[in-house]
Amino acid sequence: MPDHIVPKRIYYTIFAILMLCTYLTVQIAFFDLGVLNAVAALTIAVIKATLVVLFFMHVKYGTRLIWAVVVGSVFWLGILLALTMGDYLTRVWRTYG
Amino acid sequence: MSELIQHPALAHHFDSLEQQKEASTLGMWVFLVTEVLFFGGLFATYLIYRNWYPDAFAAASHELDVTLGTINTVVLITSSLTMALAVHAAQLGQRRLLLIFLVATMTLGAVFLGIKSVEYYHKFAEHLIPGPGFQFEKEPVHVRHAQLFFSLYFVMTGLHALHMVIGIGIMLVMWWWSWRGTITAEYYSPIEISGLYWHFVDIVWIFLFPLLYLIGRHA
Repeated sequence: MPDHIVPKRIYYTIFAILMLCTYLTVQIAFFDLGVLNAVAALTIAVIKATLVVLFFMHVKYGTRLIWAVVVGSVFWLGILLALTMGDYLTRVWRTYG
Repeated sequence: MSELIQHPALAHHFDSLEQQKEASTLGMWVFLVTEVLFFGGLFATYLIYRNWYPDAFAAASHELDVTLGTINTVVLITSSLTMALAVHAAQLGQRRLLLIFLVATMTLGAVFLGIKSVEYYHKFAEHLIPGPGFQFEKEPVHVRHAQLFFSLYFVMTGLHALHMVIGIGIMLVMWWWSWRGTITAEYYSPIEISGLYWHFVDIVWIFLFPLLYLIGRHA
């Protein structure tokens, strides 16, 4: 498989999007959106991380094996977080303060 | 395609440079999976306590400096760009550009650590280091749980900073290898996989920044 050389233009575009996302996430944090504040912050963070993984880390152009490992890491992280929170969030039904 | 003259960088247990490159990239990604789960444990801990003590976490988060945090985010993302451009230069065999971008990446990494240490100093001066000297006079009712927040803050950003220090160390070695000519357009895997590590550390910060600095800022 020949090496895929990503054009510089793509790196600059991704960089610009990442900067825009950083600006947005800071601005949104100063508005009261209730629960949506956390949702927005995490959504933007996931978008930024995905862009870094796909383009800066070349996974978009990677082999299927690399895709499997990357998706696997997210999947196992999901198990870690989902099962942990499934336990803790349902342990005691009261308002925490 | 068989090559009569073997590339000096090709290890004897690989058939070709392509195979060797794929193997080293895969190896780095497998290591990064362990890193994802390593930081994942800390993020899980953070989630549990933030859900238990949302008010204390919001109050404690207000003590962090959003401006410095944002500047550091910009610095780190820019260092990821220079890292990506370093890999690009390595792929094209542009040795001078490669050396320049590696220095830029290390410099930005050092700037990040410098700003981080300024922040740590402020926290120290404001008695926000968890322990007997911890003070939280603004909302004394949260004093115990604010310490939880700052414990997580120092462990998570501290381990992230440690990764940055290691990253700069790796980049120094990469600079040396590039300078002495080990890195060529045919053999740039060391730059590629060091870059993977650097970008991973950037991604950790992409999550740390909103989770630590931006809780309940509107209040």
